Amino acid sequence: MSQIHVTTRLNGDETEFLCDAQETLLDVLRNRLGLTGAKEGCGTGDCGACSVTVDGRLVCSCLMLGAEAVGREIETVENMADGETLHPLQRKFLEHAALQCGICTPGILVAAKSLLEQNPSPTEEEARYWLAGNLCRCTGYDKIIRAVMDAAEEMRRAS
Amino acid sequence: MKYEAPSTIDDAIALLADAQAAASVLSGGTDLLVRMRADMAAPGAIVDIKRIPALNEITETADGWRIGAAVPSAVMSEHDGLARDWPGVVEAAALIGSTQVQGRATLAGNLCNASPAADSVPAMVAASAKVEIAGPGGTRTVPVEEIPTGPGKTSLAAGEFVTAILLPKRAALSGDAYLRFIPRTEMDIAVAGCGIALSLDDTGTCQSARVALGAVGPTVILAADAASALIGTKLDDAALEALAAACSAAATPIDDKRGTAAYRKHVIGVLAKRAAKIAYARAGETA
Ligand SMILES: Cc1cc2nc3c(=O)[nH]c(=O)nc-3n(C[C@H](O)[C@H](O)[C@H](O)COP(=O)(O)OP(=O)(O)OC[C@H]3O[C@@H](n4cnc5c(N)ncnc54)[C@H](O)[C@@H]3O)c2cc1C
Ligand code: FES
Ligand code: FES
Repeated sequence: MSQIHVTTRLNGDETEFLCDAQETLLDVLRNRLGLTGAKEGCGTGDCGACSVTVDGRLVCSCLMLGAEAVGREIETVENMADGETLHPLQRKFLEHAALQCGICTPGILVAAKSLLEQNPSPTEEEARYWLAGNLCRCTGYDKIIRAVMDAAEEMRRAS
Repeated sequence: MKYEAPSTIDDAIALLADAQAAASVLSGGTDLLVRMRADMAAPGAIVDIKRIPALNEITETADGWRIGAAVPSAVMSEHDGLARDWPGVVEAAALIGSTQVQGRATLAGNLCNASPAADSVPAMVAASAKVEIAGPGGTRTVPVEEIPTGPGKTSLAAGEFVTAILLPKRAALSGDAYLRFIPRTEMDIAVAGCGIALSLDDTGTCQSARVALGAVGPTVILAADAASALIGTKLDDAALEALAAACSAAATPIDDKRGTAAYRKHVIGVLAKRAAKIAYARAGETA
């Protein structure tokens, strides 16, 4: 069957791709566009490893069709660092050792960035609720939350 | 499978009415895409309704509120006016899944997926919400409780789909609330859920009430005896005990891995008491 032609803005650049109707945005990003930052942990909306933003809103890319991306603004973890300069969240994740295997990390970074855009001074409880849809099998979450809170503080001071 | 994204309601009806196409409506996709992946759904076509502009809007009307069928829960939570008037409905929608899921999940999808445990449904029923339905025969408006007919089944006819959820104007001295019980604090499916909306007179006596129960029957239960237990009272302990007993009596739950039937019958009464107190306090605040 004929494929769908999609034009979208991806990490600030106009991007075109062809996809099948049932292909998820996650599959398109990883398999067609070579952006393998977003991970597939479950494919059913439970783990958040596939988190991206669409028109500024945090979503699971495994629960969205590639065809739905027409005319949207998609941001992935690949757009977080500014060239060689890491985003404060990325730096704090390294400093606090907030990752082990790293499968959950891109999704958590994207989700945490979205939190701090919406709420630059979250309480720890707010941060934990916001990130409740991002599962991590390795770290026990504590270091992740510390890294997010520390990054939030640094970003507040810098602004 | 085909993917269609019509920009008008009429085009969507035409696509959905074509029996050959075996089309499914796509709102947020947080149920549909999961079901497709599990091979529990295999539509011939998907009709994405998010490109129909009016379906993405929340508007205050002469009669109350109109929430377009494609509006996700996160947008509802950010809407001050809606959250002020119907906090129970908004908090129920805000319980659906994670931040990511709330960025996509809609009331219409929660309702039309027809899960007995759908969180927003008891809240909408308590709030006397209606759904606006478009179809080949024109537009009709029905109470929310008439949509689900059993697990996974709705009363929508071929070619019909929900275009909006309609909430009435919030009356003075009225309030609503929704509470659910899950074994963890986030990301789980309700063992039981209770939505309550009530109104008071100026002495604080309950004048009208609607009590809706979720996850304790094949579809949402509008518990008339539970409402009667509140009407004419100031929600004293005796009234709250009568409310709890009426909810337990109205519930017809099943045993499953989330809880036994006996446990659900008990918990629904406890939730009802707590939700009634919240709704009562909110009603007082609007004096
Ligand atoms: C990780 C995760 C956690 C979840 N947690 C919860 C939870 O806590 N509580 C809860 O209640 N649900 C939960 N859900 C289920 C789901 O998110 C909700 O039911 C959601 O409201 C569905 O809305 P949607 O817009 O995504 O529906 P969709 O998936 O788009 O549609 C669902 C069904 O309704 C039909 N449909 C959609 N829109 C219309 C319409 N306008 N007219 C007619 N038919 C329509 C579709 O064809 C489909 O059959 C969860 C899901 C996930 C993936
Ligand atoms: S892969 Fe999307 S939520 Fe797990
Ligand atoms: S670091 Fe391994 S899953 Fe989070």
